Amino acid sequence: METALAVLVGILVATSVYLMLARNVLKFLIGLVLLSNAANLTIFTAGRATRAAPPLIPEGLDAPAGVVANALPQALVLTAIVIGFGLLAFALVLVYRGYLALGTLDSEAMREAEPEVGPGARSGAGSGAGGGPAA
Amino acid sequence: MRDQGSGEGLDAAAGHGDARPALPVWIGWLAASVPAVLALLFAGQVPAVAGGEPLRLSVDWVPSLEVRLSFLLDGLSLTFALLISGIGAFVLLYSGAYLGGHPQLGRYYLYLLTFMAAMLGLVLADNLITLFVFWELTTLTSYLLVGFDHASAKARRAALQALLVTGAGGLALLAGLILLGVAAGSFEISEIVASGDLLREHSLYLPILVLVLLGAFTKSAQVPFHFWLPNAMAAPTPGSAYLHSATMVKAGIYLLARLHPALSGTEAWIWSLTIFGAVTAVWASVLALRQTDLKLVLAYTTVMALGTLTMFLGAEATVAVAAAMTFLIVHSFYKAALFLIVGIVDHRTGTRELGRLGGLARAMPVTAAAAALAAFSMAGFPPFLGFIGKELKYEGALAIASEPLLVASAAVLANALMVAVAAIVAVRPFFGPRPAMPKPPREASLRMWIGPLFLAVLGLSFGLAPSLLADLFVQPGVTAILGRPEEVKLALWHGINLPLMLSLLTFALGVGIYAVHQRLRAALAAAEARLPLTADRAWDRLLDGLKTLAAVQTRVLQNGRLTNYLLVVFVTLALALAGSFLVFRDALQLPAAAPGLLPREWGLLGLIAAGALLAAGTRSRLAAISALGVVGVGIALLFVSFGAPDLAITQLLVETLVVILLAVLMVRLPGFGAVASGGVWTRRRDAVVALALGAVVTAVLLAVVAAPFDRDVTAFFEAASLPEAFGRNIVNVILVDFRALDTFGEVAVVMVAALSAFALLRGGAGRGAPK
Repeated sequence: METALAVLVGILVATSVYLMLARNVLKFLIGLVLLSNAANLTIFTAGRATRAAPPLIPEGLDAPAGVVANALPQALVLTAIVIGFGLLAFALVLVYRGYLALGTLDSEAMREAEPEVGPGARSGAGSGAGGGPAA
Repeated sequence: MRDQGSGEGLDAAAGHGDARPALPVWIGWLAASVPAVLALLFAGQVPAVAGGEPLRLSVDWVPSLEVRLSFLLDGLSLTFALLISGIGAFVLLYSGAYLGGHPQLGRYYLYLLTFMAAMLGLVLADNLITLFVFWELTTLTSYLLVGFDHASAKARRAALQALLVTGAGGLALLAGLILLGVAAGSFEISEIVASGDLLREHSLYLPILVLVLLGAFTKSAQVPFHFWLPNAMAAPTPGSAYLHSATMVKAGIYLLARLHPALSGTEAWIWSLTIFGAVTAVWASVLALRQTDLKLVLAYTTVMALGTLTMFLGAEATVAVAAAMTFLIVHSFYKAALFLIVGIVDHRTGTRELGRLGGLARAMPVTAAAAALAAFSMAGFPPFLGFIGKELKYEGALAIASEPLLVASAAVLANALMVAVAAIVAVRPFFGPRPAMPKPPREASLRMWIGPLFLAVLGLSFGLAPSLLADLFVQPGVTAILGRPEEVKLALWHGINLPLMLSLLTFALGVGIYAVHQRLRAALAAAEARLPLTADRAWDRLLDGLKTLAAVQTRVLQNGRLTNYLLVVFVTLALALAGSFLVFRDALQLPAAAPGLLPREWGLLGLIAAGALLAAGTRSRLAAISALGVVGVGIALLFVSFGAPDLAITQLLVETLVVILLAVLMVRLPGFGAVASGGVWTRRRDAVVALALGAVVTAVLLAVVAAPFDRDVTAFFEAASLPEAFGRNIVNVILVDFRALDTFGEVAVVMVAALSAFALLRGGAGRGAPK
């Protein structure tokens, strides 16, 4: 079953990369969600997915009775889910704010910080106004 | 040339604005007493070491990496240590007078002393890594010394050039030393030199040799890396005298001598040292003749001496190595003396240009005497030590079995030019008519002339008592270089033989060259002007090329397009992961048959895959968000199936929030159609990258899962959860107890994200309201 999970992770990675390479930053966001799901599944699978009881210690015992699921990757993934959510929430707001400021969702058109370098032009010359609305 | 010539000393002092009080003279004596005491201590060890009892001292430094602070005092390192500390004492004393009144004299003392300490550590180290650390320290401190006159762009350029050239060589050397340590199975030099036969047969021998030679050749200024040394003459003269007579540039020679028993004797060793050394010796002698600045003349003869030493260290014959060892000592004496004398001339007359100097002997008799003594030794006249050194060189050259003719003719040519240069340095400025000079010449103070005079007299006395030198230094040194007990006898008179004939030829040639040197110089200058490229200019082009490359690379990789950045990241990741399979071929495998999936799990997997594909392919925002929801919930159900209810709960909660937030955002933003997608081919390229990365991630994950599983950490948590942390939910215990700090960090991250989002949202319309 690990083989099937590994293939699933591959599909998630491929779709998320395809989305993140799009010019539309909204698609990028959707790709980001898929990528964090893929990462979580990777950790989970690497810690060996077993169809076992949850890692709990029954009353009256000092240690789990019999084989339980691997607790360590679960703890790692739990942290990762929450952090991924924090990242996504921030990215969402950033995209929204960027749209308000620049009037576009096209990442190719977002050239405030690193403007197009024409022949002979010096990079960074166009950003004299400095900083976005975030500043 | 002129501006470079005039005394950096007093003039430079006027250039600095700060009016710090000058250092009292006694500080100079104090500073000089440090190396003087060291020299006496080292001298006290001479009888024991000459008697064949090397001294070892060893302290653990980084035991896990086999790095030990171990030091060895044998014939070779003792000779170097004495030269470094002895000449160092005179140089420090001299600096006090040369830079008298300079506001940064104290700093100069500090640099010199630090450099000396590094140099001593280098020659005494008996551990490869210890040696390397001191090696790099000499590079750094010589950078400070060369760039001492930091207000001058020329000095800064020279310092940086020396640093980059020798620093690059140092990196190569580090790699070579590590390979050497691995191949020999020890990082202790005294153990490595005992396993020479093993090393010469080792498959890593050639890489080791090439890397070590790169380090030695850059440090010791062999062609084609010779150009940094003459430029480094931008240093104040006492520093140049120190760096370029017995210390810094001889570090490479020392390394070759030190590793001689371990690496020498192969065709590769013999030919590379002989050819690089011979070319350097001859080419540098020619360039020396071309200069008009006294200090540059000496700089190029130093390069010549380094080439000669390299050439002789290429050999196996005892007499050749004895020639190298003797010449090393001879050269240190006369070169340090002459550099210091040039400094005196410069300091007292305000110029070092040959054309503006003459007839100084009357005004500066002591200096002139010292110059004459040193120059006789340099030219190799009897009864000076230089004569013995030269005879030995010819004997050694003729003893080199493989290519005596090449070595002997290179030696004769280089020595003939040396005779001419000695005459130019010691005769031209001191005799003949006296032209008008920037300052009326006066004799230098005792602090300045004592060093050169002492060194020049040493050259004479050892020439009169050569057996003393042979027994105390040359023989122990040769024993250390060859790694076997050797007997070396030095004598002034060898009878009428081939070396003597060659000596006579050398004198005749040298005097002839001196007679026509002005015409020769003009011809050389004209020839040099026609050269399409000198090493120095090539260096500038190399640096320019590096800058251009950096600019081009930045333009290509960092062109300001988000999609481009991501593409670079993803492609690099895919290549790196795929590349790791090239290294670990057998990792690529399917896991052993495991229990299959239940039908409902297959259903979940299919649902998640379909959701992901729909999210990637749809043109509708609503469909994409719904698909995301399907993926998230599907994964949550998978967690339930595999015994992870905590994960399932969190995942459900977060997925719900994600979908809601995305949906809310979408309401305020235009649809997918508002942004033109890239061209068909761009998207196809993206698809290829995506598929490739997905495939390698799957392969890596399969390889991970196929590897044997180590459940130790989990077992610890399972056993310790209740007794130590009093919790029955192991996942929760890990989060809030065993890895509580991580969880704390996680909470902080979420909080920072929330704060930033809040700040972004209420940041007002600002400059960029929607257009």
